[in-house]
Amino acid sequence: MWKAVRVGAAAVLAAALAVSAAGCGGEEPAASDDKVTLSYAVWDKNQVPVMEELAAAFTKDHPNITINVQLTPWADYWTKLRAAVTGGAAPDVFWMNGPNIQLYADNGVIMPLSDKVDQAKLDLNVYPKALVDLYTFEGKVYGLPKDFDTVGVWYNKELFDAAGVKYPADGWTWADFKAAAAKLSNPAKGVYAVGANLAGQEYFYNTIYQAGGNVISADGKKSGYDDPATIEGLRFWTDLIKNKQSPDLKTMTDTAPLNLFESGKLAMYWGGSWNVAEFGKNEYTKTRVDAAPLPTGVKQATIIHGLANVVSAKTKAPAQAWEFVKFLGSKPAAEILGRKGPIPAHTGTQDAWLTANAQFKGKVFLDAVSYAVPYPVSRNTAAWNDEEFKQLTKAYSGEVEVDAAAKELAAQMNALLAKE
Amino acid sequence: MTMTVTGAADDVRTAVPAPVPARRRRRWRHRGAEAAWAYLLIAPTGLGLAVFYLWPVLQTGYFSFTEWGPFGGHEWVGLDNYRTLAADDEVLTALRNTVAYTLLGLLGIPLAVLFAALLNRPRLRGVSVYRALFFLPVVTMPVAVAMVWRWLYNGDYGLINYLLSLAGVDGPHWIADPATALYAMVAVGIWTSLGYNIVIFLAGMQSIPREYYEAASIDGAGALAQFRRITLPLLSPSLFFVSVLSVIGSLQLFDLVYVMGGSGQAARANPAFPRIQTVVHLFYDKAFYTNDRGYAAAIVMALLVLIVVLTAIQFRLQKRWVHYG
Repeated sequence: MWKAVRVGAAAVLAAALAVSAAGCGGEEPAASDDKVTLSYAVWDKNQVPVMEELAAAFTKDHPNITINVQLTPWADYWTKLRAAVTGGAAPDVFWMNGPNIQLYADNGVIMPLSDKVDQAKLDLNVYPKALVDLYTFEGKVYGLPKDFDTVGVWYNKELFDAAGVKYPADGWTWADFKAAAAKLSNPAKGVYAVGANLAGQEYFYNTIYQAGGNVISADGKKSGYDDPATIEGLRFWTDLIKNKQSPDLKTMTDTAPLNLFESGKLAMYWGGSWNVAEFGKNEYTKTRVDAAPLPTGVKQATIIHGLANVVSAKTKAPAQAWEFVKFLGSKPAAEILGRKGPIPAHTGTQDAWLTANAQFKGKVFLDAVSYAVPYPVSRNTAAWNDEEFKQLTKAYSGEVEVDAAAKELAAQMNALLAKE
Repeated sequence: MTMTVTGAADDVRTAVPAPVPARRRRRWRHRGAEAAWAYLLIAPTGLGLAVFYLWPVLQTGYFSFTEWGPFGGHEWVGLDNYRTLAADDEVLTALRNTVAYTLLGLLGIPLAVLFAALLNRPRLRGVSVYRALFFLPVVTMPVAVAMVWRWLYNGDYGLINYLLSLAGVDGPHWIADPATALYAMVAVGIWTSLGYNIVIFLAGMQSIPREYYEAASIDGAGALAQFRRITLPLLSPSLFFVSVLSVIGSLQLFDLVYVMGGSGQAARANPAFPRIQTVVHLFYDKAFYTNDRGYAAAIVMALLVLIVVLTAIQFRLQKRWVHYG
């Protein structure tokens, strides 16, 4: 037992544990009438039931094709997907978002769909133009839009009533927001106006554009983080933390803002239209919360984004996978989606979503489309997204002043953009 | 892991025998045939090790000289990764954290010896119950352990801070505060490995012949003197074994940090993360989150070298303090 050799070998092998990894390969393409099972990767557990309903509806018309809906939580979705693609085990059809589309298209991981769209004589004008553009890379369409979302303020009516503050309404401003935040916060009781979540889409991207700043220049070549207006948009959040109107990063690391909001510790939660599913189901929030538009700064702005369904370039069953994506982009599918899930992208189906979520002022999110700003992306968005988190964490925790952090971020981001 | 665990449990029952001064039988005539059988019998394990351990190690060594595209495909870049590595603050911080984990983790050894000595008292009732209780964390999934501790450590709603508040103390955000996060992680690490170490020490203690203690007490040695002069020296092989495993385990710490500290975006937004990131976590982050696989391979090769060197030093030093039988 104590033999040197054995322990020594154990040491080397144990070290090997840290480095080992494995992968596997693919097979022949399937004929169009073969019985196949397609994997369909998604990240929102709230949408799994409606995805399964859509899958069942599709299988009813295409008895030879079964769909296997695979849920990977958001936190691991892109990590797992990249590993799966690298190992040759990508799902046949999967959800795609704005920050990742260009990287996946550029590297030939997903299939261009333009030819198939032309053959099937599909009209892409049934989807919002911003979304079709988002999923078009070098003149080719790579995904059919599935849904879209805008951001609003979810607020807890009970906490607003208790603090004697008027509910947020159309036309409210940053000044109104800050006045309300001061009255709603009670740090001694652990109640805060809002959680300054370190997140772009629902949080600082919105305030950056509201302040008249920008995240990335229109041509996608230059960072906007050294623009004074952009820095004002970030200061909006760091001030809230400084003034104890938002929990600090430590608290939000221990307990996510969503959970704080759902337990009555936050009066407001900046969230997307997609939150209707979560808040409509949660026992606490379903009767206590409602939605309002984001407050107006120098400008009115909200981030618009939407997901698309894409087909893996390496799928064994390209014909069947396209058939499924085509179905998901169709009007009947959008109507099913609208009744149970997020706002469908297909025109003329959004009313189904409004009716299905009548307990909330869902119209707030549809009206926001008129002043919405597209989600900022470039060819390798993920690279500078990572830098945003690294630099802004220091500003939010108070370790570095917000303008210094933003300027450092601009420098790092410009270096990354230069490499694209 | 399971194999080591069963191995340890067997040792308890059979009590580790002192190594026999071997070479009793030298049947050189049969050596060839016996060796062939031996190799045949270890072939399945040997092949498994070669395919699942040695080959990946060699591959990783090769990859550490390459740069990877976002979805695989790599090109030779020579020593570039190692040059970046030498100047990378992130690597230095992770290394410093890992060394801190390793040193603080060694505190678990005296603690385990203490508990083993308490459990080793003659006529103690329910030893097996205690043993099972101490061993439970060892056989529990590390991810489950880390999840539960995450809740216990929650700064606002955790049980630990609730108990502290009863005593009028306002506890920190244990795993989100840069000042406490490292120590909070070490405490969980020690707690997790305590049971395994206790079992090894208990086995070691039970293999020490009773007569030594009897003779010592006739000579007038008290309990403390007996522990110092008999138990500790005769326990030194177990101490050595446990310290080698503890060091290797700490240097490879990943799961606790991954679950309690977060990964990817969540880790970036955790203000305490720079204080708790370990080398293996950094490797994971580079390999699977930022997709810099070649660089990740270089990081882990550096770790391999570190582990081999430290283990070699431990073996060198053992001659000074480990007594066999």
